[in-house]
Amino acid sequence: MKFERYGIGIAKGMALTLKHLFRPPLTVQYPDEKLVVSKRIRGNELVWFPDRCTGCGTCTKACLQGNIILVTHRGEPNKFIVDKFELDSGRCIFCGLCVESCPYDALAMGLEYECAKYRRGETILDKDKLKLTDQHQPSAYYRPQFAAGLPKQSLLIYDKKDGGQKLNLFPLSKRKRGPGA
Amino acid sequence: MPIKTEPFYLNLGPQHPSTHGVFRLRVELDGEVIVNVEPIIGYLHRGIEKLAETRTYTQVIPLTDRLDYVASMTNNLAYCLSVEKLAGIKVPERAEYLRVIFSELMRLANHFLAIGAFLNDCGALATPLIYMWREREKIVDLCEMTCGQRLLFNYMRVGGVSQDVPEEFMPALKKFVAEMPKFIGEYEQLIKQNEIFLARTKGVGILPKETAINIGASGPVLRGSGVNWDIRKKDPYSIYERFDFEVPTGEVGDCYDRFWVRLREMRQSVRILEQAIVQIPAKGPIRADVPQFFRPPAGEAYGHIEAPKGNLGFYVVSDGSIAPYRVHIFPPSLINVTALADMAIGWKVADLIIVFGSIDVVLGEIDR
Repeated sequence: MKFERYGIGIAKGMALTLKHLFRPPLTVQYPDEKLVVSKRIRGNELVWFPDRCTGCGTCTKACLQGNIILVTHRGEPNKFIVDKFELDSGRCIFCGLCVESCPYDALAMGLEYECAKYRRGETILDKDKLKLTDQHQPSAYYRPQFAAGLPKQSLLIYDKKDGGQKLNLFPLSKRKRGPGA
Repeated sequence: MPIKTEPFYLNLGPQHPSTHGVFRLRVELDGEVIVNVEPIIGYLHRGIEKLAETRTYTQVIPLTDRLDYVASMTNNLAYCLSVEKLAGIKVPERAEYLRVIFSELMRLANHFLAIGAFLNDCGALATPLIYMWREREKIVDLCEMTCGQRLLFNYMRVGGVSQDVPEEFMPALKKFVAEMPKFIGEYEQLIKQNEIFLARTKGVGILPKETAINIGASGPVLRGSGVNWDIRKKDPYSIYERFDFEVPTGEVGDCYDRFWVRLREMRQSVRILEQAIVQIPAKGPIRADVPQFFRPPAGEAYGHIEAPKGNLGFYVVSDGSIAPYRVHIFPPSLINVTALADMAIGWKVADLIIVFGSIDVVLGEIDR
């Protein structure tokens, strides 16, 4: 096709790329710097509260993978005692339907998202691994009661000009380093 | 003495960077000119329609995320609309607005990726793609804030949405919508008049109006050929009749028109978002009272929406049990990719990549 004058369109595009050169970078150096994830993140581990769980099994019915194994026996009248509560995070698709369905708030999504494992068997989360610890915290997905303590999500929508809303970075001191750490 | 010639067969894919997934094209060539193109699909087949028959109505929603994974929430919406039609469920007002907001955000997100990847195929390597992903990232941030994940949202439910947006969502959305027209203007400046881009796309891969209608194409592919057809206008679902927006159409039906329709559609999406932010009720229920294991009455329903790629339909048959008897998915990408042969025959191999990029397909949706 014919153009009256060549190069104007390309020059306009180049002007924009030149403008882009002076913009602050939006990317972060990932393993060293980390953005803060959403408060409602559906992380790759779940948190289970044994004292609140009644063993009703609603979560096992809600799971579309059939991934949650729950074994109970009858204890006192009208009470179940949970012998086994186990799920395979390698099979889980983290849809959050189990958390949504739990009527007693006994299950929550976790905050962790760097959950690569070295052995396949390590992906199976049993009662001990699902328990609440300092490293293993619940997220606010369907559990708004946990939202207050969590840090604010870093949003790219707010840039440095908006003041106070610049990228929240995860403090380096809290970082785990190296395999097996 | 005549030389004996025979056509040359070229296999493009299944592992080809410009095929947007695992997709194979068997191309019959005469020299460098394309004589025939045959798309070969099925490399990403996961049997989602069959899996849906063994899941309850709520459990199908995470599966629909895996269809068009670039714009997952529109799939959720189409499925939920058909089940709501089947069971006669009324959705609360605020949930309807949230659905519209998220489906328009998804339309923006999809068109960012579509245009960026299309320009990448045209030879504008990486720069436009990265510029568009910068804005797409902001949409993904908003979705992550609401439903906790960045790709497979699982947000819509039968009878509403899963949970209300957090309080920091609306200010962020307002800022996003306010600065969006500036960025769309930047994209126009970046590429619209670029001579190399124009020379490669103007008049290339023309899909005439009649052929587009006969094939059953929808979305920007159909509108690029000059047909004013948008389900949001022609068969309004949800609350789309309350919004004021235009349906951009192309003139010739070449690759440039399809690109240009998408870019103008993004402006209209921003317009809808601006109106939705003003109209949305501040408080209210976001989910109708639907139990997790509910049984719709026996019957069948078909619901379709204007997904970013075109007409996305879900046909759901119920036999009165907790699981659907049959779920059929009518995906826009599968229908649009059948127009590829009509567009590409007669052009050269280098043009085939551009024509294919201009259709904007996602293989999760084609193979299901």
